[in-house]
Amino acid sequence: MITDIQKFSIHDGKGTRTTVFFKGCPLRCKWCHNPETQNYKRQLYFYKDRCRGCNSCQEVCKHQAAFFTQKCVACGECVTACNYSARKICGRDIGIDELVSEIMKDEPFYEASGGGVTLSGGEVLSTDMDYLLKLMQELYKNGISVNIDTCGYVPFDRIEKVIPYTDTFLYDIKLTDSEEHIRYTGTDNKLIIENLIKLSKLNANIWIRLPIIGGANDNEGHVNSVAELLKGNEISYSRISLLPYHNTGSSKYELIGYKYPGNDFYTPKEEDMELLKDRMTELGLVNVYIG
Amino acid sequence: MGERGMNERVRKLRKQSVEAGAIIDMERAKLITETYKKMYGKVSTPELRALCLKNYFSGKTLYIGEGELIVGEKGSQPLAAPTFPELCCHSIADLNLLNERELINFCVKEKDFEFQENEIIPYWGKRCIRNKILSHMTKEWKECYEAGIFTEFMEQRGPGHTVGSGNLYKKGFLDYKEEIKHELEKLDYINDKDALDKEAELKAMDIACDAIMILAKRYSEYARELALKETNPERKEELLCIANNCEEVPARPPKTYWQAIQMYWFIHLGVTSEINPWDAFSPGRLDQHLIGFYRHDIKEGILDENKAKELLECFWIKFNNQPSPPKVGTTLKESSTYTDFVNINTGGITPDGKDGVNEVSYLILDVMDEMKLLQPSSNVQISKKTPLRFLKRACEISRKGWGQPAFYNTEAIIQELLNAGKSINDARLGGTSGCVETGAFGNESYILTGYFNIPKILEITLFNGYDHYTGKQIGLSLGYGYDFDTYEELFDAFCKQIDYFLDIKIRGNQVIEKIYSEDMPVPFLSVITNDCIKKGKDYNAGGARYNTSYIQGVGIGTITDCLAAIKCNVYDNRKFSMKELMNALEQDYEGCDYIHNLVCNHSPKYGNDDDRADDIMRAVFEHYMNAVNGRKNIKGGTYRINMLPTTCHVYFGEVMIASANGRHAHKPVSEGISPDKGADTNGPTAVVKSCSKMDHLSTGGTLLNQKFTPGVVAGEEGLMGMANLIRTYFNMDGHHIQFNVIDRKTLIDAQNHPEEYKDLIVRVAGYSDHFRNLSKSLQDEIIERTEQTL
Repeated sequence: MITDIQKFSIHDGKGTRTTVFFKGCPLRCKWCHNPETQNYKRQLYFYKDRCRGCNSCQEVCKHQAAFFTQKCVACGECVTACNYSARKICGRDIGIDELVSEIMKDEPFYEASGGGVTLSGGEVLSTDMDYLLKLMQELYKNGISVNIDTCGYVPFDRIEKVIPYTDTFLYDIKLTDSEEHIRYTGTDNKLIIENLIKLSKLNANIWIRLPIIGGANDNEGHVNSVAELLKGNEISYSRISLLPYHNTGSSKYELIGYKYPGNDFYTPKEEDMELLKDRMTELGLVNVYIG
Repeated sequence: MGERGMNERVRKLRKQSVEAGAIIDMERAKLITETYKKMYGKVSTPELRALCLKNYFSGKTLYIGEGELIVGEKGSQPLAAPTFPELCCHSIADLNLLNERELINFCVKEKDFEFQENEIIPYWGKRCIRNKILSHMTKEWKECYEAGIFTEFMEQRGPGHTVGSGNLYKKGFLDYKEEIKHELEKLDYINDKDALDKEAELKAMDIACDAIMILAKRYSEYARELALKETNPERKEELLCIANNCEEVPARPPKTYWQAIQMYWFIHLGVTSEINPWDAFSPGRLDQHLIGFYRHDIKEGILDENKAKELLECFWIKFNNQPSPPKVGTTLKESSTYTDFVNINTGGITPDGKDGVNEVSYLILDVMDEMKLLQPSSNVQISKKTPLRFLKRACEISRKGWGQPAFYNTEAIIQELLNAGKSINDARLGGTSGCVETGAFGNESYILTGYFNIPKILEITLFNGYDHYTGKQIGLSLGYGYDFDTYEELFDAFCKQIDYFLDIKIRGNQVIEKIYSEDMPVPFLSVITNDCIKKGKDYNAGGARYNTSYIQGVGIGTITDCLAAIKCNVYDNRKFSMKELMNALEQDYEGCDYIHNLVCNHSPKYGNDDDRADDIMRAVFEHYMNAVNGRKNIKGGTYRINMLPTTCHVYFGEVMIASANGRHAHKPVSEGISPDKGADTNGPTAVVKSCSKMDHLSTGGTLLNQKFTPGVVAGEEGLMGMANLIRTYFNMDGHHIQFNVIDRKTLIDAQNHPEEYKDLIVRVAGYSDHFRNLSKSLQDEIIERTEQTL
């Protein structure tokens, strides 16, 4: 299931890319800026400020669930009934042919820029593997570069299967300490680290992404331990991106009836990001970038 | 590399230019009226026109500002705008309006009101071209004009719309005089029935040459006079150099970089003082014209990079000192700006097909970046051979958010010119001017004749030829919207109405062109336009090698979305009836939320790479193109289309009721070939894909505005993203793209506190303007133009 297809993505790998967001994720990062991609099922978006209280949504709702009750099955009846665009369905099953043809629309841009597709989420590797492999094979046939944006928290055989069709793995390291990882993301990071080591040994092209979250991991200790992890395990990578936290995703929580758990986080200052970057370089890491 | 940034001299001159208010200058009106009174009926019309220029240049007030290196003003001082009563004689009410209006204001002195009333109006009131034109227009034409079906460019300003070639920098006016003499001697009075007309034109050209040389000589003497009085030895030396330059050019070809710029500037004054031509005049492929002088002077040790940049900056300020001639009425609405549309082309390729980027190209980019002036508009031509470094530097300036430089596709320009019948040589020397118009520089007269309101034609079609704005039946009676049983029937009726209105427009154009060719020859412009001397024929009468008349289509985004919404909801899915829709349009969607929601949010829209909409765009575009392209004008050339709006999309929206895409009554229609605002929700690549489905190469230019918030194009990735977007659009034959990189919050704040944003420049259409000088509705429109925040 897919939540969004975002064209002109210029921060998800080389060149101009189309990013496809898959729905469903095993992690629950408190800073998540795509909360609509956490749940594996379709969901209803509700824009409260657009609602004029005309009740036409309730009139068509077969489940008495127009306003986020447990009963809502996200059937979408109310979306077309609303005259004010206050409702949207998030999550759509898209056939492989349709998805490929949508992706191919931007082929001229990939060609000019060395770009392609980035499959992201949610966690793309936790989706239906048959679907994913077919999709990737189809894109491979068309000569489209495919990047996989992953949190790494999946059985390794899933990763292994996509290697032949993957140009670059955008691999997140959120925290190195196991307990901290559990505290902020809801899961242990043991599997994530093991998978990274295995992936590196198979000579995959890896692009390390470090979300820097003000109040959680925006400190030197964190980058020191990341450096230790990468060097100690001889992980080979082509780039390290430090991605500063931003709260632009927070407004989306309310749309799907969630409460934002990340109010305590802040965006690290530019100069602090620079310091972290410099520190990594000092520690002998190469190709470190902010963004 | 030398030090960056403007030096003290440039800073002062720039400040003066930016802060001075525009004023009306009556000197030209006075002097040409004098000439008409004395000579009218005694000499031929071309000679009379040339004598006017000569009298003006012999008698006008000279101006050399403190610190100036390039000299000459069109009026008596910077920002002084001469009037052209022979074309458009302002009434006292017009002058009051110019003097009092808040936007695009021109200060009128008390004594000038009197002068206008006592001297100018009595002589010109009835005989000006504007009167003559309007008296020759049909009832149908006038009704369409009043209804806002189309506009008319030549009603207050002369045709011009052209650009100089490299010859400007290679020939002096003494050389031109020789050529003219030679042609006069060759005239065959026995066998050539036009010999007498040619004689008159050639004699007029000769007088025009004298006129410009007289002006330069007077400047030379004046500079010498100032030098004598000057106590500062450095300035004294500069004034003497200026005096020498003006002695040399434009009589003889320039020898140095400095003289080459001064040469152009005199020619600019000649063209724009002779008449008030649209788009003023432009120096063409400036980097290529200057590079020879630049390299020579550097080698000789008489120029360095800093000096070269300083001279360019002084040159830039001269352009900014010339507000466009004062406009009123509809002409003001279609082009509501001080900008006179000088457009400088940088980059592209050389005549022998090599990459044209050189040292001066990079200097020009630096000048653009530092000067941030309304005028001149600066653009870059990007060819497949353009180095990435140049493209990236241009993107870097463009993403600062004030709309310059605009990006043009060299290969598309060349192909457009070839498709229009130009030789490969002439095509490679060509470029774009005005907003986005393609032309063979130095060889072509390519006149914009007026905008054409495509979305309004659908409105007229739906209501059986009736116009709500004027309350008149102005179109054909082909039935009401609900009489058409299929989408095809509706579209067919729409096409018939387009043809009908175009016929009315073109008939008017032919008459107007005829009037200009006979009553308003431009001997000076003819001297410098290739083939006019050889043919003994005026620029306005078909003297140029190529003669094109453009009719500019406006609102392709809006019309596409309207037809797509109708096809989808009325015909294909039968969500509501045509009668219900027509009622909603007349009610401005009041109480019609159901229909409004469907047309706004659940219908295909142009700008999303969605063929359901884009196929309709193509169908409309192709019909419009086939209805115009190839029709003959009276100058031996043909009509062609281009797709640009200036500010006319705001005016065209004002004269319309609500439209079927959900647009409310009197709101602007879409501009250029950009999607309607808010319609493009799939990001810039989808916009560019949709736009590229149009056949750009069969047009004379298209205009695409792409707005970004700064974050989108920040950093190295952002820069590369921009560069790739441009390259890809151009690979797909896109003609032009320009960027506004400003966030919405800034614009809203600027609207509320205009005094704090005096410097804020935004890209409007084919030019940039001060945000504070835009009307509220145009400001709103720019704010609402989709911000691509992906």
